[in-house]
Parts: sequence; structure tokens; C-alpha cells
Amino acid sequence: MKIPLVYNLRSIAHRPVSTAMTALGLALVVAVFVAMLALAGGFRATLARTGSPDNVVVLRRGATSEMESGVPRESARLIAADPRIASGADARPLVSPEVFVVINIPRAVGEGVNNVVARGVNDEAFAVRNIHLVAGRKFASGRSEIILGKKIVPRFAHTAIGDTLRFANRDWIVVGHFAAAGSALESEIWGENEQFMPVFRGEVFQSVIFRLRDPAAFDEVKRALEGDQRLQVQAQRESAFYAGQSTVLTRILTFLAIMITSVMAVGAVFGAVNTMYAAVSSRTPEIAVLLTLGFAPRSVLASFLSESVAIALLGGVAGGLLALPINGIVTSTTNWNSFSEVAFAFRVTPGLLVGGVIFAVVMGLVGGFFPAWRAARLQVVQALR
Amino acid sequence: MKLLPLVFANLRRHRLRTLLTTLGVALAMFLFASLRSVVTTLNAGAEVASAERMGVQNKMAIVFPLPMSYRERLAAVPGVVAVSWANWFGGQYGDGKVFFAQFAVDPESYLAMYPEVVVPPDQKEAFLHERTAALVGQGLMEVFGWKLGQDVTIRGTIFPGDWTFTIRAVYTPSVRAIDDRSFIFRYDYLDERTQHRVTPGWYALKLQDAALAPQVAHTIDAMFENSSAPTKTMTEKAFNQSFVTMWGNVQFLMNSIGMAVVFAILMVTANAMMMTARERTGEVAVLKTIGFTDRTLFGLVMAEAGLVTLTGAVLGLGGAKLLYAGTGFNGFGFLPGFDVTAGTVAVGLGITLLLAVASGAVPALRAYRLSIVQALRHVE
Repeated sequence: MKIPLVYNLRSIAHRPVSTAMTALGLALVVAVFVAMLALAGGFRATLARTGSPDNVVVLRRGATSEMESGVPRESARLIAADPRIASGADARPLVSPEVFVVINIPRAVGEGVNNVVARGVNDEAFAVRNIHLVAGRKFASGRSEIILGKKIVPRFAHTAIGDTLRFANRDWIVVGHFAAAGSALESEIWGENEQFMPVFRGEVFQSVIFRLRDPAAFDEVKRALEGDQRLQVQAQRESAFYAGQSTVLTRILTFLAIMITSVMAVGAVFGAVNTMYAAVSSRTPEIAVLLTLGFAPRSVLASFLSESVAIALLGGVAGGLLALPINGIVTSTTNWNSFSEVAFAFRVTPGLLVGGVIFAVVMGLVGGFFPAWRAARLQVVQALR
Repeated sequence: MKLLPLVFANLRRHRLRTLLTTLGVALAMFLFASLRSVVTTLNAGAEVASAERMGVQNKMAIVFPLPMSYRERLAAVPGVVAVSWANWFGGQYGDGKVFFAQFAVDPESYLAMYPEVVVPPDQKEAFLHERTAALVGQGLMEVFGWKLGQDVTIRGTIFPGDWTFTIRAVYTPSVRAIDDRSFIFRYDYLDERTQHRVTPGWYALKLQDAALAPQVAHTIDAMFENSSAPTKTMTEKAFNQSFVTMWGNVQFLMNSIGMAVVFAILMVTANAMMMTARERTGEVAVLKTIGFTDRTLFGLVMAEAGLVTLTGAVLGLGGAKLLYAGTGFNGFGFLPGFDVTAGTVAVGLGITLLLAVASGAVPALRAYRLSIVQALRHVE
């Protein structure tokens, strides 16, 4: 026969301060757990969103990033002629040969500069990459004009439309702001490739990006491009290319999250153990009465375990609520693959919150087990004496 | 002092509770020390920097090179006594899974400028006289199990091709904050293999006097302002700091987690102290009846809280210090010279004191204010 849960809930309510403190201890562990994984998840999601499986990135053979790569104009022309490349609305192939550089621009607050990607693109890049302007217009061909990813705008100085940014010994007028579905591209400066090429690294592109007509044809395209002795290039799906850039940092953050929260969790479980032992010892006569009434020791065990889990649930929910406000807060780190700053937002997902609550419940079960065990093993005669 | 046995006797009453609370504090302080050490270690890189050294990089970004011709012009700037130059060599060894820094340096001027990079004299000679020689950090030697004199082939990513070097020298940094996992080789070899198409990635300068730094920086940057490669000159410290900030706001992240850890453990200890005090209400009344003053009873509870938290803190902080020093932990190469500093231990002890006061105050005050009549009425 089961002991009604309400018995435990009333017991918890009977010692509100002790319950609140135990729950809060667990809540802080859950909050750190959720927050750190939200950081790792946000970073990963930003880079994962950057690449599409329908797109192909072509770099010089052996290059691990666009920064190290170089694709001559002639090679870019040969690549663009591939029949497996999709066509845009005006029947032109969706190919963008790009210039990629990392430049320093001044931060909006405080002193100092940050590394930001400046990408020279052609007109097709907007369709290849799914870029939408949120303000202003595109840069005009042949002019010293640039557009900025929307995550750059609040973080750096001189980023309003009409402002002038100076880099590479030239003044560039900001004519638009763009959005790219929350991807890392929103941390970039875009201009025309033919404008960026002469002022940065001379007559060479760094990469060629194109949209596949049929995404399943990737392997075929890869073989064709990499087998072409004139090109000396390597091809990757854009999604794999960007996912690869996030693995190291995501792994570090996840490792940190697990390390830190497991150590914290042990401390919080100790708190729960203390609380539950105190609960058991102060209610010894009650437990004896329950046993005398005919409740099986198993029921007593379950009852005290559920009391511990109830406190943990409280803590888990509170921890999730504590962590919730950080959702969407934008922070930044460096993508060491391109040596440039990537802005990204914390992502508290429903899955993470559920994970946090489950984590709390596990802590409650572990912390409650031995005290509940003691309660179940109580000798009635001794206890009632 | 003569009441100390009473405090100990009280602590022994609920041995398990005392043990768990102490261990809880120990874990929290261990975490605190670890988190704070990440920040201090990152900053230490900037702190050990020599005030007399400056770096000159391309104003646009460090990935752009500077002309070789700047060498003479930099050397002629008043206050500059030595010039060295180097280039970043992105390369991979083996499967490329283990990242390590590779630089091409001008051997003579580099070793003269960085006395912290300690090389045995005979190995130094060998490095100076063989074009394909490499100078490798002791830590990196251990990672790959390399031997002195061994040939190592690195696959260039910025400079394509297979590059074979002979390890002729091994360095050990004289300060822990310098990375001992770098792979250093000769700039003239890089220059030769690239058919002289390479130019320095950055210059390092040594000044006559650290006080000249702002003036020298201004002179150099003004000199190249309107050239094709404008420069940004900064002290080594600022240079190192700019790398620290590139990780993002690590300090804030670590501090926030540290705060959460401390608060979580405050909940655990305060709860334990309050449960303890509640159970002893009757006893406190008896003690008061037989003549213990309010103040003594306040002190007894505080001493108990202090003893538990302090023991925990010594275990946690000391454990962190010994563990990291003993295992030579370096954050998988990201945090060379990881160390729990004396400052961290001091701050940890300060927090412990606050923890003791915060967790002991409420129950101690209760004991202080307890009225005998009220309390004894409840005793069965």
C-alpha cells in the first residue's frame, strides 16, 4: 500500500526554510548547468546555421580555413562553369568567388579593436547564402561601399548607415545592414569582391562558394573538382565546413559544463542528504506509527524518496527559471579557425530545461536514498520507545 | 579556549552531517580555486611580459605581413636597441588533431631578445648553424615523444607542402607562463623555400628603456601611416592582453559561475547549521540555566560554523593547489603555467570567513536571544 504523497508535501511545507535552502542549492547547480550548455549550444548553433548542406565551399588543397586558402581567378572561372551548379532567377549560376580577410575595427564601447571578417562577394552571394537586408541597400558595383551583418552594428563604432569605416587605406561607406538567419555571417562585413581584391591580398580569391542543383550530387562534384589537375582544390559541403569550426570550442565548453556541474552537484547532494537525514530523525515516531499501521518498509522508502525528489523538482524548476533570462543574450568569442570574432546568443532550449530538471531529480534520488533507506529499516519497538 | 572541547563534542554529535558539510565546503572551494586560476593564468601571460619589448604588426590585422624593408627603419628609431621578426606558420603534424604553435624566427635576434627561452649552449649553436633546424619546447617533445636529432615533417596549410625539419634544440621556458609547446624554426628556411615571397608577420623590438614605449609607438606608427602597410605598435603586455580578450569575456563567465558555487554551498552550510541549532534548543536553555552567558553561546555556534567551513576551505584550496601543481595541468595546452596563486588562496579564505559568518549568524543569534523559560517549556 502506498503512503499518500500529500503526507510528504505537508512535511516539506512544515519546514519551509530548510526546504527552500536545499532546493536553492540544487537550483544553483541546475542554473549553472543550463547556462553553460546554453553557451555551448548557442555557439554551435550559430556556426551550424552558417552552412547549408546544399552549398559547396572550395578551398585551395591543404587549406584548413578560408584565411589560408587561395584560388586564382582562372580556377574560379573553371569551377563556375560546372554544370551541376544551380541557376538563379536570372539564369546565372549561383556561384560566389570570395575574398576573405580579417581586419581590425574599433569597438563601440571602450578602447581597443576586434578582429572581424571582411568578405568580398559578388551579386550571386545573396542568393547562395540566403542573405536579407534589414536596412539600407546592397553595395553598388564599383563603389567603396559595404554592408554590415546585424550583429556587428551594436558592437562596433561607425556602423550606422551613412557612416564611414576606414580600413585598407580606404574609406568605405556603410550602405546597409543584413541578416543571415542568426548565423556567423551576421558577424561579417561584406563588400564587392572586385573592390576588396586589389586592396587586400592581390589577384586571388580565397574561396568559391556555390549552390548545388541537386544536393545529392555532392560526391560527384567533389570528385570532379578535386580530380582536376588544373585546379588543385578541395571541396566540402558548407555545412560540414562550418560545423568543423565549432567542434573544438563546443567540446571545451561542454567538458567544462560537465566538470563544473558534477563537482557542484556532489556538494548539493550532500546538502540534500543532510536535510533528509534530519527529516527522518525528527520524524522517527511518525515513521514508526506508519510501520505499525501496516505500511510496508518499501512504501516508507518510496515515500521518503519521493519527498527528496519533490524538493529536487522544486530546485530543478527554480534553476531553470534562474537560467531562463540569459536566453538570447549576445556574447562573443573568437573563431580560432578564422581568427575573427563571432557573436552568438545563449540558447536555452526546452530540451536543456528538461535536462536540467532531470539532473535535479537524479540529485534528489541520490541524496534521498540513504536517508529513506534508514527510515524503511527503522525498528518499530526502538523508535516508539 | 577551554570551551573548544565542547565545540568538538558538538561537531561529533552528527558525524555524517559534519563530514558532508565540510566536504561540501571543500568541493566549493576547490571549484572556486580552479575557476579563478583560469582567469589568473590567462592574465599571467600578460603580466610576465617584458615592459621593454614591443610588437609591431600590420594595422589592418595580424594576418597581413609587413615589408622586410621595415627592419632597417625600425632599427633606426631612437630608443630601439634590437629588432627581430617572425612569421606564423600554420601547419599540421600527423593527423592534425593536436594543435601547437609554429613560428619562423630570425634565430640570432630571436634568442637574444627572449632570454626566457632557455636553450643549452651546444644546442643553440646547432640551431644557429643549420638551416632546416628546429627549436622545440620541452612540453611538445613529450607530447609527441620526439627525440633530439629526429626529423619531423609538418604539412603546411598557409605555406603548402611537406616541410621537414631536424630537431636540433629543445627549450625550457624560465617562466611558467611561456608556452613550452611551440615549434620554432628559421625564417631564412621559410624565405628560401617560398622563393623569397614571404615577408615578416610581425616585428619585435627591444627598447633602451620601458618609459620610451609610448613615444616609440607613436614615432613608428606615424612613420608608416601613409605607406602601403601601416603599422600598429604596442607593448608586449598589450599584445598579449589582446589575445586574452579574444576568448571573450572569460573573466565574467568564471566569476559568475564562482558566485553560483559559493551561494550554493552557503545554502548547504547555513541549512546544516540551522538544523543543528534547532535540535539543540533545549540544550542551549540548559547551558544558559547553569550559567553560560548569551555571548558564550553565540560564540559556540559561530566557532562551530567557523571550524567546519575553515576545515573545508583548507581541504579544498590546498587540494586544488597540490593537485594542479602535482599533475602539471595545463588546460590541454590552452593554459600554460596553470597555477593556484597565493592571491587566489587568500581570496578563498576571505570568502570562507564570510561563509562562516553568513551561515552561523542566524543560529548563533537565536542561541543568543533564546529565553530559558520559553525553550524549556518545549523540552519533554
